[in-house]
Amino acid sequence: MTELSHEEIKHHIKIYIGVFVALAFLTIVTVAVAGFHLPLVPAVTIALLIATIKGSLVATFFMHLGWEKKIIYWILVLTVIFFVVLLVLPAVSSA
Amino acid sequence: MEALIPYIAKPHPVTGVTNSKLGIWCFLASEVMLFGALFSSYIFLRTGSVDWPHGSQLLNVPLATLNTMILITSSVTMVMSWASLAMKSIPKYRLFMALTILLGLAFLVVKSFEYAHKFEHHIFPSTNTFYAIYFTLTGLHGLHVLIGVLVNLYFLFPGSALWKTNPDQLTGRVENSGLYWHFVDLVWIFLFPVLYLL
Repeated sequence: MTELSHEEIKHHIKIYIGVFVALAFLTIVTVAVAGFHLPLVPAVTIALLIATIKGSLVATFFMHLGWEKKIIYWILVLTVIFFVVLLVLPAVSSA
Repeated sequence: MEALIPYIAKPHPVTGVTNSKLGIWCFLASEVMLFGALFSSYIFLRTGSVDWPHGSQLLNVPLATLNTMILITSSVTMVMSWASLAMKSIPKYRLFMALTILLGLAFLVVKSFEYAHKFEHHIFPSTNTFYAIYFTLTGLHGLHVLIGVLVNLYFLFPGSALWKTNPDQLTGRVENSGLYWHFVDLVWIFLFPVLYLL
């Protein structure tokens, strides 16, 4: 991350607090939804959707990916491709 | 040190980031593959199994929810410790870093209660496939938390002496340690619903 002014950091701190509130709220939502004992497919879809939103918040704001340099994005694009291959492998092998 | 590994305090003119940050992101990419392989194994085991238990019936959801809250809070204190250094405030840095370490230790204590409860009931990784993947994933994750606590302890005590000679480098180091810590939080964000709630 490039050098930031005090004002910019203070603005970031407000965002961090907002992200924390959102993460705590989404955690409660995840647990509450699980209490409904939905069928497997919607339960997995909702749980993973909420987890993805939470993960994106952490990555974008806490890990500063919202304003990172291009080279870091390229490393992550490559990582995501291989990660998806890993997750798809069980589906392909069991098909 | 600067002569041995160049651009560890200032960004490299070509990449725009310090070599340290480039390094930590490459390491995190390898970590994604490590946990990815285990998540893939989980899907493989679950889809291949005739009967798979519901996590909430076997595991302690309230304790895991508490641990989720602990880790989320520790991510905020971690990023605040970096922000404090960026604002040149060492006392605030020490406070937030100490809180991050305490929260990390609290996570491990809660986790150890969960494990102890299972062992008391003679439940081990060898009990069944569900517990095998549960102990493997949470054990590896817990190990990552422990390593993060140790790294942060170093930056709280001996490592912070760097502030006097090279504050930019210390700020960068704490940011990188934070990247690792947030990654560990991110893994838990997925582990929690997958193991405990589905």
